[in-house]
Amino acid sequence: MSLENLELFEVFLRSARGLDHKHVGSLHAVDHEHALEYARDVYTRRSEGVSIWVVKSRDICSSQEDDSDSFFDPSDDKPYRHATYFPLPKEVGNM
Amino acid sequence: MTTATTELKQDLIDYAARLADDTLVLGHRLSEWASKGPFLEEDIALSNVALDYIGRARMYYTYAAELSGNGKTEDDFAYLRDERQFQNHLINELPRGDFGYTIARQLFLDVYHTHYLAALKGSRDETLAAIAAKGIKETRYHLRRSTDWTLRLGDGTAESHQRMQTAIDDLWGYTHEIFEHDELEQRLIEAGIAVDASSFKAQWLADVKAVLEEATLTVPDAEWAVRGGREGYHTENLGHLLTEMQFLHRAYPNSKW
Repeated sequence: MSLENLELFEVFLRSARGLDHKHVGSLHAVDHEHALEYARDVYTRRSEGVSIWVVKSRDICSSQEDDSDSFFDPSDDKPYRHATYFPLPKEVGNM
Repeated sequence: MTTATTELKQDLIDYAARLADDTLVLGHRLSEWASKGPFLEEDIALSNVALDYIGRARMYYTYAAELSGNGKTEDDFAYLRDERQFQNHLINELPRGDFGYTIARQLFLDVYHTHYLAALKGSRDETLAAIAAKGIKETRYHLRRSTDWTLRLGDGTAESHQRMQTAIDDLWGYTHEIFEHDELEQRLIEAGIAVDASSFKAQWLADVKAVLEEATLTVPDAEWAVRGGREGYHTENLGHLLTEMQFLHRAYPNSKW
């Protein structure tokens, strides 16, 4: 079988209750249910997870390298968006 | 161990070894797909299933070896017995065939094991019951896979449908002996140790039928049946399988790595 009838899926795993799902990789499958089964086989063989998400890769809208100037650079000169920019009042002491 | 079970000890050793033979031979067949799967993800998934079977075979063999004593190990059972001493059901030893054939066999056996292990879980023998309890979780997942693929291939393209139907027709005659038992197993069934598979044959048929019909496949009504695995009479395929599986151990006895 070739890959032409398969779709690419991104796999997210939650390693323990209370933690976030993290991207672990991608795989080919026919549909969501199928992808979930393969994710179980490919990414959780050593008990890595308690929950799996699969998402079609084409459903992910991602920022482009070319956009990085307009997306991210403007933040560089706005240090006041970081809490560390502000001096702590003496009364607070060490945080 | 009670007196009654002491008398049944040899029966129990043979029974554990039979269950091990079924699982090891099928596990080996599935392992032949490693690196030859239709695509990477399915290759890994099939190898996982193979490992589940081989792992279960090890538990059964280890138990048989413990009961046998005399320093026997699982390797003595797996690697140093010949064809006639293997007592697996024949369906397990048939070649892996094409992907449809592998899936059709898995469907038949996954449904079978779902019922078999559920019953074995209630065995009066605690070790067998514990192995079954572990195995049934794996089997539910295997069944999910084989059901899923049967539906996809059966109700897929004309070619996939045809290949599935051919596989089902070719395998059907091998599904009868898995529900039968001989005197040895009869004694263990009466002792509450072994499973009487004939008790769930109707349920097996109903389960398999439901999947095949949904997959637009036809349930065979052929009457031919092949038997002999439990007596050590095999198809020509087992000898070749053992040659490959046992080669290393026979060429380098007791080698460790």
